[in-house]
Amino acid sequence: MELKELKNTVEAALLAFDEPLAIKDLMQLFPEQEITSNDINLVLNELENEYQDRGIELKRLSKGYRLQTREKVQPWLQNLQQQKPKKLSRALLETLALIAYRQPITRGEIEDIRGVAVSSKIIHYMMDRDWIRILGYRDVPGKPAMLGTSKAFLDYFNLSSLQDLPSLAEIKDIETLEQELVFNELNNQADKNQTEELNEN
Amino acid sequence: MILSDTDSNKTVMQSEMPFAMVEGRPLTVMPTDLYIPPDALEVILEAFEGPLDLLLYLIRRQNLDILDIPIFEITKQYVQYIELMHHLNFELAAEYLVMAAMLAEIKSRMLLPKPSSDEEQEDDPRAELIRRLQEYERFKQAAEDIDGLPRVDRDVFVAKVYLDKQQDNEVVLEVDIKDLLMAFKEVMARADLKVSHEVEREVLSVRDRMTLVLDRLFQHKTISFRSLFTKEEGRQGALVSFLAVLELLKAQSLELVQNKPFGEIYIQAAG
Repeated sequence: MELKELKNTVEAALLAFDEPLAIKDLMQLFPEQEITSNDINLVLNELENEYQDRGIELKRLSKGYRLQTREKVQPWLQNLQQQKPKKLSRALLETLALIAYRQPITRGEIEDIRGVAVSSKIIHYMMDRDWIRILGYRDVPGKPAMLGTSKAFLDYFNLSSLQDLPSLAEIKDIETLEQELVFNELNNQADKNQTEELNEN
Repeated sequence: MILSDTDSNKTVMQSEMPFAMVEGRPLTVMPTDLYIPPDALEVILEAFEGPLDLLLYLIRRQNLDILDIPIFEITKQYVQYIELMHHLNFELAAEYLVMAAMLAEIKSRMLLPKPSSDEEQEDDPRAELIRRLQEYERFKQAAEDIDGLPRVDRDVFVAKVYLDKQQDNEVVLEVDIKDLLMAFKEVMARADLKVSHEVEREVLSVRDRMTLVLDRLFQHKTISFRSLFTKEEGRQGALVSFLAVLELLKAQSLELVQNKPFGEIYIQAAG
C-alpha cells in the first residue's frame, strides 16, 4: 500500500470513529497488508505536521489519537453552539481532583479532606460518564470501594496521562509548620509573602 | 454576586473586606438589623463547599496568613455566619457545627497555661486545623486547575465525518424451513448428478441416522448441513439424513444456524 493511501485511510478512520484510536486499532484497518506500527507512526507524524496550521489538530491521548478542533477557535464556535456547555460544580471538581491526585481513595478519605459528605449523585454522575471507576475494595471494616480515574477521564480533559495533571501545591509538614509558627511570631511582616508563595506553589 | 463584589475590592481595602458598599461607603460590620433576602443568603451559603471552605474564605478575606490564624477573631466571625444561617431556618449541615466546636476547643486549649517542663512538648493546638486547611486549599486549587483544562465539548470538539454504517452481518439468523428445503433440494439435485451406480440395498433407519448425527455433533459441536450427505448413499441416504435432522429438530435436540443469507447452514447441539 502506498504511503499516501495509508495516510488517507488513517485520517478517514480517525474522523469516522467516535473514540480515540490507538496504533493497535489503526493496524486492524489493514488485516491483509504488511503494515507495521512504524508505518502507522510515520503517517500519524505526517498528519500531525499537516494539521499544524489548521483549525483542527491531531491530539495524542491516553486511549489513542483523536482529531479535534483547536482550543483557539472555540470562542468562535461558541457562537453557533445551541446550548452552553454544562458547568461542573465545585463539589464535583473537588471530588474529582481528590480522586485524580489521590487514587486509590475511598469516599471516607474524600470526606475527611473536604470536610463535607460526598454526594452519591456526584459519584454516580462521574461513574456514568466513565471518568472514575472502582479499583477494588479496601480490606477494612465496611470494605469501602477504592476509587480511581479511568482513561475516559484523561481523554475528556485532554490529557495523555496522569503525569500531565497540573502539579499539586506543596504542603508544609507539621514540623516545618511548627517552625513557621515560631518564626511568624517573631516576624509578622513576612506573613503576606508566604501566603503568596503558598498560592503560587 | 455579593462575594464577587468583595473580591474586587480586595486591592483597595487592606483591613477587613466590606460586606457591601452603601452610598459609596464600605460596610465592614454587618448591621444587626440587616435584612438579607433569603434568596441572597442561599447564594452565599451555596458558594461554600463546607466548613473548611467557609473558614478559608474568612481567613483570605482578611488577608490573614493561614499559618497564623487569630483563632478568637475567626471563631467569632464563623459563629456569626452560622447564627445567620440558623436565623433564616437554613438547614444547617452538621459539619458546620463540628467545626465551630473544634474552633472553640482550640481557643480553650490555647488559653491554658503551657506546661513548663520540656518533657511533653505539646503541639500547637492550631496545627491540626492548619494542616486540614492547607490540605483542603491545595485540592480546592487542584479542582480549579482541572476546571481550567481544555475539555471536550467546551474547549475542543471531536472532529467527525459522517460514516455510513453498513449493516452488521455478524448477526446469527434463524433458519427458515424454506431455506432448509431449498438446501435439501440442492443436495438432491447433486445426488442425482452424481449417482452412477445402484446403491447396494441397505436398510438405513432414520433412528440410526439420528444417533449418528448426535454423535458427530457431540464430537464437533458444529457440523455443516451439507456434510451429512455423501454421494455414496445416494437419494435414499440423503432422504434418511434429512428426515433424521427434521426429527431431531422437532425434538429440539439440535439447532440450525446460518451466518448470512444464502450461506452455509450449520447444525449445532441444542442449548
